[in-house]
Amino acid sequence: MNHRIIARLDIKGPNLVKGIHLEGLRVLGKPEKFARYYYEMGADELYFQDVVASLYNRNSLHDIISKTAKEIFIPLTVGGGLRTIDDIKMVLRAGADKVSLNTAAIKNPELVRDASHRFGSSTIVVAIEAIKQDDHTYLAYTDNGREYTGIEVVKWAKQVEELGAGEICLTSVDNEGTGIGYDYELIRMVATSVSIPVIAHGGAGSPKDIKRVISESKVDAVAVASILHYGLLSCLNDENFNTEEGNIEFLKNGNQFTKITPTTIDEIKNYLYDNKITCRYKK
Amino acid sequence: MINVAIIDYKMGNLFSVFHACENVGLNPKISSDPKILKESDAAILPGVGAFGEAMETLEKLDLIKPIKEYIDTGKSFMGICLGFQLLFSESEEFGLHKGLGIFEGMVKKFSITSINGGNVKIPQIGWNQIYNYGNSWELSPLVGIDEGEYMYFVHSYYVEPVDDKIKMTKTIYECFEYCSSINKGNVFATQFHPEKSAKEGLKIYKNWARQINNRG
Repeated sequence: MNHRIIARLDIKGPNLVKGIHLEGLRVLGKPEKFARYYYEMGADELYFQDVVASLYNRNSLHDIISKTAKEIFIPLTVGGGLRTIDDIKMVLRAGADKVSLNTAAIKNPELVRDASHRFGSSTIVVAIEAIKQDDHTYLAYTDNGREYTGIEVVKWAKQVEELGAGEICLTSVDNEGTGIGYDYELIRMVATSVSIPVIAHGGAGSPKDIKRVISESKVDAVAVASILHYGLLSCLNDENFNTEEGNIEFLKNGNQFTKITPTTIDEIKNYLYDNKITCRYKK
Repeated sequence: MINVAIIDYKMGNLFSVFHACENVGLNPKISSDPKILKESDAAILPGVGAFGEAMETLEKLDLIKPIKEYIDTGKSFMGICLGFQLLFSESEEFGLHKGLGIFEGMVKKFSITSINGGNVKIPQIGWNQIYNYGNSWELSPLVGIDEGEYMYFVHSYYVEPVDDKIKMTKTIYECFEYCSSINKGNVFATQFHPEKSAKEGLKIYKNWARQINNRG
Protein backbone atom coordinates (compact mmCIF):
# COMPACT_ATOMS: atom_id res chain seq x y z
CA MET A 1 0.00 0.00 0.00
CA ASN A 2 1.21 3.47 -0.84
CA HIS A 3 0.91 5.88 2.05
CA ARG A 4 -0.77 9.14 1.19
CA ILE A 5 0.52 12.59 2.01
CA ILE A 6 -2.49 14.86 2.23
CA ALA A 7 -2.11 18.63 2.32
CA ARG A 8 -4.61 20.00 4.81
CA LEU A 9 -5.86 23.56 4.46
CA ASP A 10 -7.84 25.12 7.29
CA ILE A 11 -10.00 27.88 5.93
CA LYS A 12 -11.70 30.81 7.56
CA GLY A 13 -13.66 33.06 5.24
CA PRO A 14 -11.48 33.68 2.19
CA ASN A 15 -8.21 32.92 3.98
CA LEU A 16 -5.99 29.97 4.72
CA VAL A 17 -5.43 29.95 8.46
CA LYS A 18 -3.56 27.82 10.95
CA GLY A 19 -3.95 27.49 14.67
CA ILE A 20 -2.45 25.60 17.55
CA HIS A 21 -4.64 22.98 19.24
CA LEU A 22 -7.16 24.06 16.56
CA GLU A 23 -7.34 27.51 18.22
CA GLY A 24 -5.74 30.94 17.83
CA LEU A 25 -6.04 31.10 14.09
CA ARG A 26 -3.42 32.97 12.14
CA VAL A 27 -3.98 34.12 8.58
CA LEU A 28 -1.48 32.61 6.14
CA GLY A 29 -2.76 33.60 2.72
CA LYS A 30 -5.04 32.61 -0.13
CA PRO A 31 -6.06 28.96 -0.02
CA GLU A 32 -6.36 28.62 -3.80
CA LYS A 33 -2.70 29.50 -4.25
CA PHE A 34 -1.49 27.06 -1.62
CA ALA A 35 -3.78 24.34 -3.02
CA ARG A 36 -2.47 24.82 -6.53
CA TYR A 37 1.11 24.76 -5.32
CA TYR A 38 0.65 21.55 -3.31
CA TYR A 39 -1.00 19.92 -6.32
CA GLU A 40 1.95 20.85 -8.53
CA MET A 41 4.37 19.58 -5.90
CA GLY A 42 2.82 16.12 -5.76
CA ALA A 43 0.34 16.14 -2.87
CA ASP A 44 -1.71 12.95 -3.01
CA GLU A 45 -4.91 14.64 -1.88
CA LEU A 46 -6.17 17.96 -0.55
CA TYR A 47 -8.27 18.38 2.56
CA PHE A 48 -10.16 21.63 3.12
CA GLN A 49 -11.59 22.27 6.54
CA ASP A 50 -13.82 25.26 7.22
CA VAL A 51 -12.79 25.96 10.77
CA VAL A 52 -15.59 28.42 11.43
CA ALA A 53 -18.40 26.00 10.82
CA SER A 54 -21.16 28.30 12.00
CA LEU A 55 -20.26 30.79 9.29
CA TYR A 56 -20.49 28.13 6.66
CA ASN A 57 -23.52 29.65 4.99
CA ARG A 58 -21.46 32.50 3.67
CA ASN A 59 -20.50 30.31 0.73
CA SER A 60 -16.89 31.38 0.77
CA LEU A 61 -15.72 27.79 0.99
CA HIS A 62 -18.07 26.96 -1.83
CA ASP A 63 -16.28 29.39 -4.15
CA ILE A 64 -12.91 28.10 -3.07
CA ILE A 65 -13.98 24.50 -3.75
CA SER A 66 -15.37 25.18 -7.20
CA LYS A 67 -12.35 27.21 -8.26
CA THR A 68 -10.00 24.51 -6.97
CA ALA A 69 -11.95 21.59 -8.45
CA LYS A 70 -11.67 23.07 -11.94
CA GLU A 71 -7.92 23.08 -11.98
CA ILE A 72 -6.81 20.42 -9.53
CA PHE A 73 -7.11 16.76 -10.45
CA ILE A 74 -6.47 14.93 -7.22
CA PRO A 75 -9.06 13.92 -4.61
CA LEU A 76 -10.46 16.78 -2.59
CA THR A 77 -12.05 16.30 0.83
CA VAL A 78 -14.13 19.07 2.35
CA GLY A 79 -15.31 19.40 5.93
CA GLY A 80 -16.76 21.89 8.36
CA GLY A 81 -20.35 22.64 9.22
CA LEU A 82 -21.91 19.86 7.15
CA ARG A 83 -25.08 18.85 8.97
CA THR A 84 -27.44 17.23 6.49
CA ILE A 85 -27.57 15.10 3.34
CA ASP A 86 -28.34 18.30 1.42
CA ASP A 87 -25.26 20.04 2.82
CA ILE A 88 -23.17 17.09 1.63
CA LYS A 89 -24.79 17.09 -1.77
CA MET A 90 -24.05 20.79 -2.18
CA VAL A 91 -20.36 20.37 -1.40
CA LEU A 92 -20.06 17.39 -3.76
CA ARG A 93 -21.76 19.39 -6.50
CA ALA A 94 -19.27 22.19 -5.96
CA GLY A 95 -16.55 19.67 -6.82
CA ALA A 96 -15.48 17.90 -3.63
CA ASP A 97 -14.79 14.16 -3.93
CA LYS A 98 -15.28 13.34 -0.26
CA VAL A 99 -16.77 15.06 2.74
CA SER A 100 -15.64 14.99 6.31
CA LEU A 101 -18.13 14.89 9.19
CA ASN A 102 -17.50 15.43 12.88
CA THR A 103 -20.01 17.38 14.96
CA ALA A 104 -22.99 16.22 12.91
CA ALA A 105 -21.83 12.59 13.06
CA ILE A 106 -21.59 12.65 16.85
CA LYS A 107 -24.94 14.37 17.27
CA ASN A 108 -26.62 12.09 14.76
CA PRO A 109 -24.65 8.90 13.97
CA GLU A 110 -27.36 7.81 11.53
CA LEU A 111 -26.19 10.62 9.24
CA VAL A 112 -23.00 8.60 8.65
CA ARG A 113 -25.06 5.57 7.70
CA ASP A 114 -27.42 7.55 5.43
CA ALA A 115 -24.60 9.47 3.80
CA SER A 116 -22.43 6.44 3.13
CA HIS A 117 -25.36 4.52 1.75
CA ARG A 118 -26.33 7.39 -0.48
CA PHE A 119 -22.95 8.64 -1.68
CA GLY A 120 -20.85 5.51 -1.15
CA SER A 121 -18.61 4.75 1.82
CA SER A 122 -15.54 6.01 0.05
CA THR A 123 -17.08 9.50 -0.05
CA ILE A 124 -17.56 9.73 3.71
CA VAL A 125 -14.70 10.60 6.04
CA VAL A 126 -15.39 10.90 9.75
CA ALA A 127 -13.12 13.36 11.53
CA ILE A 128 -12.34 12.56 15.15
CA GLU A 129 -10.86 15.25 17.38
CA ALA A 130 -9.26 13.48 20.33
CA ILE A 131 -8.12 14.98 23.62
CA LYS A 132 -6.19 13.02 26.23
CA GLN A 133 -7.83 12.99 29.66
CA ASP A 134 -6.14 13.05 33.06
CA ASP A 135 -6.81 9.34 33.43
CA HIS A 136 -4.97 8.73 30.10
CA THR A 137 -8.10 7.83 28.17
CA TYR A 138 -8.99 9.71 25.00
CA LEU A 139 -12.31 11.38 24.37
CA ALA A 140 -13.77 12.73 21.14
CA TYR A 141 -14.56 16.45 21.00
CA THR A 142 -16.41 18.56 18.48
CA ASP A 143 -16.24 22.15 17.22
CA ASN A 144 -12.44 22.26 16.88
CA GLY A 145 -11.82 20.53 20.16
CA ARG A 146 -14.04 22.85 22.17
CA GLU A 147 -17.12 20.77 22.92
CA TYR A 148 -16.94 17.85 25.31
CA THR A 149 -18.93 14.76 24.26
CA GLY A 150 -17.77 12.11 26.72
CA ILE A 151 -17.42 9.60 23.88
CA GLU A 152 -14.40 7.31 24.03
CA VAL A 153 -12.30 7.58 20.86
CA VAL A 154 -11.64 3.90 19.98
CA LYS A 155 -15.25 2.98 20.63
CA TRP A 156 -16.38 5.82 18.39
CA ALA A 157 -13.93 4.83 15.65
CA LYS A 158 -15.30 1.29 15.61
CA GLN A 159 -18.85 2.61 15.56
CA VAL A 160 -18.27 4.90 12.57
CA GLU A 161 -16.69 2.02 10.69
CA GLU A 162 -19.79 -0.03 11.42
CA LEU A 163 -21.98 2.87 10.28
CA GLY A 164 -20.27 2.80 6.91
CA ALA A 165 -17.64 5.55 7.02
CA GLY A 166 -14.92 4.99 4.42
CA GLU A 167 -12.07 6.66 6.29
CA ILE A 168 -11.23 8.26 9.61
CA CYS A 169 -9.22 11.45 9.97
CA LEU A 170 -7.88 11.41 13.50
CA THR A 171 -6.67 14.68 15.03
CA SER A 172 -4.78 14.83 18.25
CA VAL A 173 -5.93 18.24 19.49
CA ASP A 174 -3.20 18.22 22.15
CA ASN A 175 -0.46 18.01 19.52
CA GLU A 176 -2.10 19.88 16.64
CA GLY A 177 -0.12 22.85 15.36
CA THR A 178 2.72 22.35 17.82
CA GLY A 179 5.30 20.46 15.79
CA ILE A 180 6.14 18.23 18.77
CA GLY A 181 5.32 15.06 16.82
CA TYR A 182 2.19 12.91 16.70
CA ASP A 183 0.43 11.25 19.60
CA TYR A 184 1.72 7.88 18.44
CA GLU A 185 -0.08 5.87 21.10
CA LEU A 186 -3.49 7.35 20.37
CA ILE A 187 -3.10 6.93 16.64
CA ARG A 188 -1.87 3.37 16.87
CA MET A 189 -4.78 2.45 19.13
CA VAL A 190 -7.30 3.71 16.61
CA ALA A 191 -5.55 2.55 13.44
CA THR A 192 -5.20 -1.01 14.70
CA SER A 193 -8.78 -1.31 15.91
CA VAL A 194 -10.50 -0.55 12.59
CA SER A 195 -10.04 -1.93 9.10
CA ILE A 196 -10.84 1.28 7.23
CA PRO A 197 -7.98 3.67 6.40
CA VAL A 198 -6.93 6.10 9.12
CA ILE A 199 -5.41 9.50 8.38
CA ALA A 200 -3.15 10.85 11.13
CA HIS A 201 -3.37 14.58 11.76
CA GLY A 202 -1.82 16.89 14.29
CA GLY A 203 1.71 17.43 15.47
CA ALA A 204 4.13 16.80 12.59
CA GLY A 205 7.26 18.90 13.04
CA SER A 206 9.50 17.14 10.51
CA PRO A 207 9.49 14.31 7.96
CA LYS A 208 10.87 12.06 10.72
CA ASP A 209 7.61 12.39 12.66
CA ILE A 210 5.69 11.38 9.54
CA LYS A 211 7.85 8.33 9.02
CA ARG A 212 7.40 7.38 12.65
CA VAL A 213 3.61 7.68 12.66
CA ILE A 214 3.37 5.52 9.53
CA SER A 215 5.70 2.79 10.73
CA GLU A 216 4.85 2.84 14.42
CA SER A 217 1.18 3.79 14.47
CA LYS A 218 0.24 1.89 11.27
CA VAL A 219 -1.66 4.67 9.54
CA ASP A 220 -2.46 4.71 5.85
CA ALA A 221 -2.14 8.43 5.36
CA VAL A 222 -1.09 11.65 7.04
CA ALA A 223 -2.63 15.09 6.75
CA VAL A 224 -0.06 17.85 7.12
CA ALA A 225 -0.51 21.60 7.36
CA SER A 226 1.88 23.86 9.32
CA ILE A 227 4.95 21.96 8.21
CA LEU A 228 4.08 22.75 4.57
CA HIS A 229 2.48 26.16 4.97
CA TYR A 230 5.24 27.85 6.94
CA GLY A 231 7.84 27.24 4.29
CA LEU A 232 5.64 28.83 1.68
CA LEU A 233 4.67 32.03 3.43
CA SER A 234 7.38 34.23 2.04
CA CYS A 235 7.16 33.06 -1.55
CA LEU A 236 3.40 32.87 -2.04
CA ASN A 237 2.19 35.98 -0.27
CA ASP A 238 3.25 38.63 -2.68
CA GLU A 239 -0.08 40.40 -2.79
CA ASN A 240 -2.80 41.69 -0.53
CA PHE A 241 -5.27 39.32 0.99
CA ASN A 242 -8.30 39.73 3.15
CA THR A 243 -7.22 41.09 6.50
CA GLU A 244 -10.62 41.14 8.14
CA GLU A 245 -10.57 37.52 9.25
CA GLY A 246 -8.10 36.30 11.81
CA ASN A 247 -4.88 37.50 13.26
CA ILE A 248 -2.34 38.69 10.69
CA GLU A 249 0.34 39.82 13.13
CA PHE A 250 2.04 36.51 12.52
CA LEU A 251 2.38 37.22 8.83
CA LYS A 252 3.66 40.74 9.35
CA ASN A 253 6.35 39.53 11.68
CA GLY A 254 7.24 36.52 9.58
CA ASN A 255 7.74 34.48 12.70
CA GLN A 256 8.54 30.78 12.54
CA PHE A 257 7.77 28.14 15.07
CA THR A 258 10.87 26.71 16.56
CA LYS A 259 9.44 23.18 16.77
CA ILE A 260 8.39 23.10 13.14
CA THR A 261 10.94 22.57 10.42
CA PRO A 262 9.27 23.85 7.25
CA THR A 263 9.51 21.27 4.51
CA THR A 264 7.99 20.35 1.15
CA ILE A 265 5.94 17.41 -0.07
CA ASP A 266 8.87 16.33 -2.18
CA GLU A 267 11.22 16.34 0.81
CA ILE A 268 8.74 14.35 2.88
CA LYS A 269 8.27 11.74 0.15
CA ASN A 270 11.96 11.52 -0.57
CA TYR A 271 12.59 10.89 3.12
CA LEU A 272 9.90 8.20 3.27
CA TYR A 273 11.22 6.59 0.09
CA ASP A 274 14.75 6.46 1.49
CA ASN A 275 13.36 4.85 4.62
CA LYS A 276 11.55 2.15 2.66
CA ILE A 277 8.08 3.51 3.28
CA THR A 278 5.99 3.12 0.17
CA CYS A 279 4.34 6.21 -1.27
CA ARG A 280 3.62 7.74 -4.65
CA TYR A 281 7.09 8.90 -5.49
CA LYS A 282 9.35 8.64 -8.48
CA LYS A 283 12.98 9.30 -7.79
CA MET B 1 -16.27 20.73 -30.58
CA ILE B 2 -16.57 17.13 -29.43
CA ASN B 3 -19.71 16.50 -27.39
CA VAL B 4 -19.24 13.98 -24.62
CA ALA B 5 -22.16 12.51 -22.69
CA ILE B 6 -21.31 11.75 -19.07
CA ILE B 7 -23.96 9.19 -18.18
CA ASP B 8 -25.63 10.21 -14.94
CA TYR B 9 -27.24 7.27 -13.16
CA LYS B 10 -27.07 8.85 -9.70
CA MET B 11 -24.01 6.92 -8.59
CA GLY B 12 -21.15 9.00 -7.32
CA ASN B 13 -19.62 12.29 -8.16
CA LEU B 14 -19.46 13.20 -11.82
CA PHE B 15 -18.02 16.66 -11.50
CA SER B 16 -14.36 15.70 -11.55
CA VAL B 17 -15.02 13.76 -14.77
CA PHE B 18 -16.75 16.86 -16.14
CA HIS B 19 -13.84 19.15 -15.23
CA ALA B 20 -11.29 16.74 -16.69
CA CYS B 21 -13.20 16.69 -20.02
CA GLU B 22 -13.31 20.47 -20.09
CA ASN B 23 -9.65 20.66 -19.24
CA VAL B 24 -8.70 18.69 -22.38
CA GLY B 25 -11.01 20.68 -24.66
CA LEU B 26 -14.00 18.34 -24.79
CA ASN B 27 -17.57 19.59 -24.42
CA PRO B 28 -19.10 17.46 -21.66
CA LYS B 29 -22.74 17.18 -20.68
CA ILE B 30 -23.96 15.32 -17.61
CA SER B 31 -27.21 13.60 -18.46
CA SER B 32 -29.40 10.54 -17.97
CA ASP B 33 -31.31 11.19 -21.17
CA PRO B 34 -30.85 8.36 -23.74
CA LYS B 35 -31.40 10.90 -26.51
CA ILE B 36 -28.45 13.04 -25.42
CA LEU B 37 -26.35 9.90 -25.21
CA LYS B 38 -27.34 8.90 -28.73
CA GLU B 39 -26.47 12.31 -30.17
CA SER B 40 -23.09 12.62 -28.45
CA ASP B 41 -19.75 12.00 -30.17
CA ALA B 42 -18.37 10.02 -27.25
CA ALA B 43 -19.59 8.83 -23.87
CA ILE B 44 -18.33 8.12 -20.38
CA LEU B 45 -19.86 5.72 -17.89
CA PRO B 46 -18.47 6.81 -14.51
CA GLY B 47 -19.69 5.81 -11.07
CA VAL B 48 -18.80 4.76 -7.57
CA GLY B 49 -20.99 2.49 -5.49
CA ALA B 50 -22.80 -0.83 -5.54
CA PHE B 51 -23.04 -2.94 -8.70
CA GLY B 52 -26.57 -4.26 -8.20
CA GLU B 53 -27.99 -0.87 -7.38
CA ALA B 54 -26.26 0.62 -10.40
CA MET B 55 -27.77 -1.94 -12.77
CA GLU B 56 -31.20 -1.39 -11.23
CA THR B 57 -30.92 2.35 -11.70
CA LEU B 58 -29.69 2.01 -15.28
CA GLU B 59 -32.70 -0.17 -15.93
CA LYS B 60 -35.12 2.28 -14.31
CA LEU B 61 -33.67 5.09 -16.39
CA ASP B 62 -34.02 2.97 -19.56
CA LEU B 63 -30.31 3.29 -20.22
CA ILE B 64 -29.21 -0.34 -20.62
CA LYS B 65 -30.24 -0.81 -24.24
CA PRO B 66 -29.09 2.70 -25.31
CA ILE B 67 -25.64 2.07 -23.78
CA LYS B 68 -25.28 -1.29 -25.56
CA GLU B 69 -26.43 0.23 -28.86
CA TYR B 70 -24.08 3.15 -28.37
CA ILE B 71 -21.10 0.87 -27.94
CA ASP B 72 -22.16 -1.04 -31.09
CA THR B 73 -22.02 2.16 -33.16
CA GLY B 74 -18.25 2.23 -32.68
CA LYS B 75 -18.17 5.65 -31.01
CA SER B 76 -15.61 6.16 -28.28
CA PHE B 77 -16.75 4.89 -24.92
CA MET B 78 -14.94 5.12 -21.60
CA GLY B 79 -15.88 3.31 -18.38
CA ILE B 80 -14.44 4.41 -15.05
CA CYS B 81 -14.38 2.49 -11.75
CA LEU B 82 -17.90 1.08 -11.30
CA GLY B 83 -18.47 2.05 -14.95
CA PHE B 84 -15.60 -0.32 -15.83
CA GLN B 85 -17.04 -3.16 -13.75
CA LEU B 86 -20.54 -2.75 -15.19
CA LEU B 87 -19.24 -3.60 -18.68
CA PHE B 88 -18.70 -7.20 -17.59
CA SER B 89 -21.14 -10.06 -17.46
CA GLU B 90 -21.54 -10.69 -13.77
CA SER B 91 -20.75 -9.49 -10.26
CA GLU B 92 -20.77 -11.27 -6.94
CA GLU B 93 -21.35 -8.04 -4.99
CA PHE B 94 -24.09 -8.80 -2.40
CA GLY B 95 -25.35 -11.80 -4.37
CA LEU B 96 -24.99 -12.41 -8.08
CA HIS B 97 -25.92 -9.60 -10.46
CA LYS B 98 -25.92 -9.44 -14.22
CA GLY B 99 -23.89 -6.65 -15.75
CA LEU B 100 -24.06 -5.03 -19.19
CA GLY B 101 -22.22 -8.01 -20.61
CA ILE B 102 -20.16 -6.12 -23.19
CA PHE B 103 -17.23 -8.27 -22.12
CA GLU B 104 -17.12 -11.66 -20.52
CA GLY B 105 -15.83 -11.69 -17.00
CA MET B 106 -16.57 -11.70 -13.30
CA VAL B 107 -16.45 -8.84 -10.78
CA LYS B 108 -15.14 -10.15 -7.46
CA LYS B 109 -14.39 -8.81 -4.03
CA PHE B 110 -10.81 -8.56 -2.78
CA SER B 111 -10.47 -11.59 -0.55
CA ILE B 112 -7.14 -10.72 1.02
CA THR B 113 -7.62 -10.03 4.71
CA SER B 114 -4.22 -9.85 6.31
CA ILE B 115 -0.62 -9.50 5.29
CA ASN B 116 2.48 -9.62 7.49
CA GLY B 117 0.22 -9.67 10.52
CA GLY B 118 -1.45 -6.37 9.66
CA ASN B 119 -4.99 -5.77 8.48
CA VAL B 120 -5.44 -5.30 4.76
CA LYS B 121 -7.54 -2.20 4.22
CA ILE B 122 -10.54 -2.66 1.96
CA PRO B 123 -11.54 -0.61 0.05
CA GLN B 124 -8.20 0.16 -1.48
CA ILE B 125 -8.09 3.95 -1.28
CA GLY B 126 -5.09 5.66 -2.73
CA TRP B 127 -2.42 5.69 -5.40
CA ASN B 128 -1.14 2.54 -7.00
CA GLN B 129 0.95 1.65 -10.03
CA ILE B 130 -0.12 0.39 -13.42
CA TYR B 131 1.99 -2.06 -15.42
CA ASN B 132 1.67 -3.42 -18.91
CA TYR B 133 -0.33 -6.65 -19.12
CA GLY B 134 1.49 -7.82 -22.21
CA ASN B 135 -0.68 -6.02 -24.77
CA SER B 136 0.47 -2.84 -26.50
CA TRP B 137 -0.82 0.50 -25.20
CA GLU B 138 -0.20 2.16 -28.58
CA LEU B 139 -3.82 2.16 -29.74
CA SER B 140 -5.28 2.89 -26.31
CA PRO B 141 -5.48 6.17 -24.38
CA LEU B 142 -2.58 4.86 -22.30
CA VAL B 143 -0.11 5.66 -25.07
CA GLY B 144 2.83 7.64 -23.67
CA ILE B 145 2.10 6.77 -20.05
CA ASP B 146 5.10 5.39 -18.18
CA GLU B 147 5.24 1.77 -17.08
CA GLY B 148 4.69 1.86 -13.32
CA GLU B 149 2.88 5.22 -13.33
CA TYR B 150 0.74 6.00 -10.29
CA MET B 151 -3.04 6.33 -10.59
CA TYR B 152 -5.74 6.94 -7.98
CA PHE B 153 -7.92 3.99 -6.96
CA VAL B 154 -10.98 3.61 -4.74
CA HIS B 155 -12.54 0.14 -4.82
CA SER B 156 -13.35 -3.08 -2.99
CA TYR B 157 -14.10 -5.16 -6.08
CA TYR B 158 -11.95 -6.03 -9.08
CA VAL B 159 -12.62 -7.46 -12.53
CA GLU B 160 -11.47 -10.79 -13.95
CA PRO B 161 -11.86 -10.47 -17.74
CA VAL B 162 -12.01 -13.76 -19.65
CA ASP B 163 -10.27 -12.42 -22.75
CA ASP B 164 -6.56 -11.81 -22.05
CA LYS B 165 -6.18 -9.72 -25.17
CA ILE B 166 -8.26 -6.84 -23.82
CA LYS B 167 -6.22 -6.48 -20.61
CA MET B 168 -4.15 -3.30 -20.74
CA THR B 169 -2.81 -2.78 -17.23
CA LYS B 170 -2.26 -4.78 -14.11
CA THR B 171 -2.02 -3.46 -10.60
CA ILE B 172 -0.86 -5.14 -7.40
CA TYR B 173 -2.63 -4.47 -4.13
CA GLU B 174 -1.08 -6.10 -1.06
CA CYS B 175 0.59 -8.79 -3.22
CA PHE B 176 -2.63 -9.46 -5.14
CA GLU B 177 -2.42 -8.87 -8.88
CA TYR B 178 -5.48 -7.87 -10.89
CA CYS B 179 -6.49 -6.25 -14.16
CA SER B 180 -6.90 -2.47 -13.75
CA SER B 181 -7.86 -1.43 -17.29
CA ILE B 182 -9.01 -2.84 -20.60
CA ASN B 183 -9.19 -1.64 -24.18
CA LYS B 184 -10.94 -3.14 -27.16
CA GLY B 185 -11.80 -1.19 -30.28
CA ASN B 186 -13.81 1.83 -29.23
CA VAL B 187 -14.13 0.83 -25.58
CA PHE B 188 -11.58 1.82 -22.98
CA ALA B 189 -12.21 1.32 -19.28
CA THR B 190 -10.25 1.73 -16.08
CA GLN B 191 -10.62 0.66 -12.48
CA PHE B 192 -8.65 3.77 -11.44
CA HIS B 193 -9.82 7.35 -11.76
CA PRO B 194 -7.79 9.18 -14.41
CA GLU B 195 -9.65 12.39 -13.48
CA LYS B 196 -8.20 12.21 -9.98
CA SER B 197 -4.75 11.05 -10.99
CA ALA B 198 -3.08 14.43 -11.46
CA LYS B 199 -1.25 15.27 -14.69
CA GLU B 200 -0.67 11.71 -15.82
CA GLY B 201 -4.39 11.04 -15.46
CA LEU B 202 -5.21 14.09 -17.56
CA LYS B 203 -2.82 12.77 -20.18
CA ILE B 204 -5.13 9.76 -20.54
CA TYR B 205 -8.05 12.13 -21.14
CA LYS B 206 -5.98 14.05 -23.69
CA ASN B 207 -5.11 10.84 -25.54
CA TRP B 208 -8.75 9.76 -25.44
CA ALA B 209 -9.86 13.12 -26.88
CA ARG B 210 -7.31 12.81 -29.67
CA GLN B 211 -8.45 9.30 -30.47
CA ILE B 212 -12.08 10.44 -30.68
CA ASN B 213 -10.95 12.94 -33.29
CA ASN B 214 -9.04 10.32 -35.23
CA ARG B 215 -11.95 7.93 -35.10
CA GLY B 216 -13.94 10.70 -36.77
